[in-house]
Amino acid sequence: MMGWLQRLGSTSLSVFERLGRGNLFLLRILAALPSLVLRPGLVIAQLYSVGVLSMTLIVISGLNVGMVLGLQGYNTLVDFGSEESLGQLVALSLVRELGPVVAALLFAGRAGSALTAEIGLMKATEQLSGMEMMAVDPLKRVVAPRFIAGIISMPLLAAMFSAVGVLGGFFVGVGLLGVDSGAFWSQMQSKVDLYDDILNGVIKSIVFGCVAAWIAVFEGYDAVPNTEGVSRATTRTVVHTAFAVLGLDFILTALMFGDE
Amino acid sequence: MPAIINLLFSIHFVHGHGCGDLQAVRQGALKVSKNNDEPIVKIRSLRFAHGTRVIFDGVDIDIPRGKITAIMGPSGTGKTTLLKLIGGQLQPNAGSVVVDGEDVNKVSRDALFRLRKRMSLLFQTGALFTDLTVFENVAFPLREHTRLPESILRDLVLMKLQAVGLRGARDLLPAELSGGMARRVALARAIALDPMMIMYDEPFTGQDPITVGVIMQLIRMLNDTLGLTSIIVSHDVHELTMICDHMYMISGGKVMGHGTPDDMAHSESGWVRQFMSGLPDGPVPFHYPAPDYADDLLAGA
Repeated sequence: MMGWLQRLGSTSLSVFERLGRGNLFLLRILAALPSLVLRPGLVIAQLYSVGVLSMTLIVISGLNVGMVLGLQGYNTLVDFGSEESLGQLVALSLVRELGPVVAALLFAGRAGSALTAEIGLMKATEQLSGMEMMAVDPLKRVVAPRFIAGIISMPLLAAMFSAVGVLGGFFVGVGLLGVDSGAFWSQMQSKVDLYDDILNGVIKSIVFGCVAAWIAVFEGYDAVPNTEGVSRATTRTVVHTAFAVLGLDFILTALMFGDE
Repeated sequence: MPAIINLLFSIHFVHGHGCGDLQAVRQGALKVSKNNDEPIVKIRSLRFAHGTRVIFDGVDIDIPRGKITAIMGPSGTGKTTLLKLIGGQLQPNAGSVVVDGEDVNKVSRDALFRLRKRMSLLFQTGALFTDLTVFENVAFPLREHTRLPESILRDLVLMKLQAVGLRGARDLLPAELSGGMARRVALARAIALDPMMIMYDEPFTGQDPITVGVIMQLIRMLNDTLGLTSIIVSHDVHELTMICDHMYMISGGKVMGHGTPDDMAHSESGWVRQFMSGLPDGPVPFHYPAPDYADDLLAGA
């Protein structure tokens, strides 16, 4: 019993210590952000590797999710004779929930894990130490550009996911199942609100982007500098980001749509 | 020697063009001549432990200016840790590390970074940036700390690469270099800002005899030509006695002896003699501590 309590205490302390270290790390990143104003090239390079290179995955996934939504939504709505509402169903599902959440999960798998592995390997091969010894702050040169690129990329990727998803739903609903094209778009136009739906979705994706980028760069920077350490850190990035995104999604949804 | 001429030209060239950024970075190196007798690194009562394992226990070390000083000792004795303590990357538990008059553990982060512009650490792995070419690796500290026009920066980088014999490898990526070439590129990068001091972490480990010879020659030549101070951490006795001016031997958290290579070769210390001659047994025992051999064998009978 004592051993179990001891392990519980030790694990709790370790979790809180790491959480504290992560928060201090975030503060140091935020303090480093102003230095990027003078060096936009660093952020642009990272926007390419974090954002542009994630586009293929996001577009293909968004298209498939939209097509499945169109198919499943049609099968349900047709029973009630309201298949014209398919555009509304697809758009609201994507803009409010699936766009930000699925894009964030995919982002963690594609870009987050790559960020962690890259920073972790730079640490393992002493590139970060080398930078420090050259009087270059790795937080400003390596971490901050990747963090800000993640925050900028995430809402754009989520918007892309939703837009392509709507097209996928349109293709299946209108193209294959015969839903009226005018009804599909007009229902969507009248029922999707710019502020309540789209803006809240964008806010969600920005929050998810912050969390995903923070976890990815922290795990890389905090990784044990060897092969196993980097491997574990990469896994932790994907798992922790998934938990954080899903947990935050519930909280944000409750705050945004709870009183409807 | 063409390399020496090029290095001298490099210094003259930049100063002659009044490039303020690089001159400011070099101010520390110029200070070398001002107080030549004062050691460039003064370590006093240094105590450092990893958890419960004590690495240094009251170590005093003076690194003289303008010389090549070797820090020797068995593997795992904390030689690399010592370099990180000098560079301010690790904090000691007690004692002081003063580099060029500044206590690296008491100065602000900005002051520490200013100090680091005047010293370089050549890592055992080279620590080259794997996504940058050889040229960009050497240009990295210049791009970060100066705003030199691209044409001057290019000339400077090529001069540094010429000094280490790798001007022709400028477009290669680190993955395309041999271990020895990677260390030479790292050396070119280390001298990019013309530091006052270079620390070498195991520069000869895993290198073939030709590469060892090249690196030895480069260390000596750069030290003398640029008026640097060099600290070499290694356990390669033969190579170090050939190029260093002063030696420190550390083991078990203490300084076991120091002096010129000649002093060390004729030391009366049994430990120093064992290390210098590479004897398998002596004050550092061959056997890991164990119960009496006969008792141990009979215990199983």
